[in-house]
Amino acid sequence: MKRGWLFQAGLLAAAGLVLWFFISNTTHNLETRKIASGFGFLWREAGFEIGETGAIAYSAADSYLRALVVGLWNTFRIAAIGVVFATLLGTLIGLARLSPNWLLVKLAAAYVEAIRNVPLLVQLFFWYAIISENLPGPAEALNPLPGVYLSNRGIFFPLPGSTPELSGFNFIGGASLSPEFAALLVGLVTYTAAFIGEIVRAGVLSVGRGQVDAAYSIGLARRAALRFVVLPQALRLIVPPLTSQYLNLAKNSSLAVAIGYPDLVSIANTTLNQTGQAIEGIAIIMGVYLTISLSISALMNWYNRRVALKGTLR
Amino acid sequence: MKWARENLFSSWPSALATIAILWLAWKLVPPFVDWAFVEAIWRAPDARACREAQGAGACWAFIGEKHRFILFGTYPFEQHWRPAAATAVLILLWFFSSLKRFWQYWLSAVWVAGLALIGVLMWGGVLGLAYVENERWGGLILTLLLASFGVALAFPLSILLALGRQSQMPVLRAACIGYIELIRGVPLISVLFMASVMLPLFLPAGVSIDKLLRAQIALILFAAAYLAEVVRGGLQAIPRHQYEAAEALGLSYWKRTLHVILPQALRFSIPPLVNTFIGFFKDTSLVLIIGLFDLLSTIKVSLQDPAWSGFGVEAYLFACLVYFAFCFAMSAYSRQLEASPVRGGLPRPLRQS
Repeated sequence: MKRGWLFQAGLLAAAGLVLWFFISNTTHNLETRKIASGFGFLWREAGFEIGETGAIAYSAADSYLRALVVGLWNTFRIAAIGVVFATLLGTLIGLARLSPNWLLVKLAAAYVEAIRNVPLLVQLFFWYAIISENLPGPAEALNPLPGVYLSNRGIFFPLPGSTPELSGFNFIGGASLSPEFAALLVGLVTYTAAFIGEIVRAGVLSVGRGQVDAAYSIGLARRAALRFVVLPQALRLIVPPLTSQYLNLAKNSSLAVAIGYPDLVSIANTTLNQTGQAIEGIAIIMGVYLTISLSISALMNWYNRRVALKGTLR
Repeated sequence: MKWARENLFSSWPSALATIAILWLAWKLVPPFVDWAFVEAIWRAPDARACREAQGAGACWAFIGEKHRFILFGTYPFEQHWRPAAATAVLILLWFFSSLKRFWQYWLSAVWVAGLALIGVLMWGGVLGLAYVENERWGGLILTLLLASFGVALAFPLSILLALGRQSQMPVLRAACIGYIELIRGVPLISVLFMASVMLPLFLPAGVSIDKLLRAQIALILFAAAYLAEVVRGGLQAIPRHQYEAAEALGLSYWKRTLHVILPQALRFSIPPLVNTFIGFFKDTSLVLIIGLFDLLSTIKVSLQDPAWSGFGVEAYLFACLVYFAFCFAMSAYSRQLEASPVRGGLPRPLRQS
């Protein structure tokens, strides 16, 4: 035991020494390069425009802080919408793989295999290339459904009381998704759905055949058996890996920087390039993502305790 | 007929799904085949023929024109046989390492020799090979090297982290948990940014590490946290009595760990390790964002040639194919491993997900 404490004290001392070495180098380097430190820059004028600002009013004259808030909002926007659609598509794919229809099973399996074996970044570039290079301009926009237009300027769809109409070189009215947002959304949703599909499949399969037979034998219809017997048991297995997929989606949304969607990472990156304050910029990115991760895992643990089997050790 | 009735038309919803899929296939497959093969332009001296086709056919001539740059990046053109040979050596090394009968201690010696050979081929400067600095490395070999070195160096680190996380020493355990959760909580891109812009600030004035090495360090630190969790899964799959038996024999901690626990735990973790490695291999594509010339990056740069711009779909489909070939081979291998019984008489572990 004594040796253990000695070892740990040594470990702490070594870590402290390395930390001190890094800090002293960094302060020296920052001085010689005349880079300021601290978060004072947050209140200075940002001086760059952001393509998409969502619900937040922003102009180049606003502060870095406001720019970062816009980025954070954009990250939340893509993550929230992405999680909803990925769950829907993923559940469909998982159930398709369990269906009695041979074609559907093979199709869903091929989808999962194809998507999971290609890097997300390649898929994002691919979708972005399709939207920005292969879709026609607004004047010849594809019109697959009434009021919905697909063009290289983005995707336009109607809202209640307002439909998009061509005016000059672009559409006005309705709601729109920029090409960057659309590519990122399609990429994140199709990618994450493949993983969610596998989780749903494994969850449903984990409910034993005996459980289903028992439900039928006490006279439950197929739907009721699914609702009251299979689903409650499957969810217990599905939810923990599902949340980690949600977290992955949120972290993967940081690839937005590669196709030019102004998410938090993209704006923090611009900020740190302009101010040279790399440490603060990266601290902001990491702080935000850690907060999201830790709060979701806390939520997760709370849920797990709620659904856990009473009287079993988990 | 009977098969079709049972598997395609067993119920009304199933029949409707079958008809819908067949209708979609009839609508989508012929135009795709037309675009990708029938109308496609396979060879052309310049992009004019492709542009005249106006999107009716794929422009595979783009890949033909750019394939040398895509595969080898800015490596000197007349020396391209060297990265090609290095790529072949690396793939062979992985292939032999995947065969169970080569899972012996001498395999690591083969790796050292193989990597030395790759180093000689890539850098040169000896045996009459011209020296090529690593700023000029690029393309497929860079992707494969980042992934191979990443996993090779992250793996031992991850074992230490996993052991540390299970340790009785509170300071060590807290440090390992903190590291693993920190890295797993942030996106890879932020770790890469950290290596590319923050690491230079940490070093004393005058000392610098080149970009490739910095990215490699970031990838190793990142992969180690994820691999550590896989190894921990393996450690937890070992029945308690194995630990107790080893202790009862009076073996010291390191003897217990090296001779009893790890050989079993690692065997348990091999299938999930392969899965993690597939994820890691895909993740190496992110080095593009910090300006390294990996496979995806060379493809993206090829598209910036104004003479050949506008063929993004073809280019990225090609990227998909290359990545898919590697990842699919690995996932097929991992499935085969899971299906075959694990040697050592222990029950098969539960699948990690």
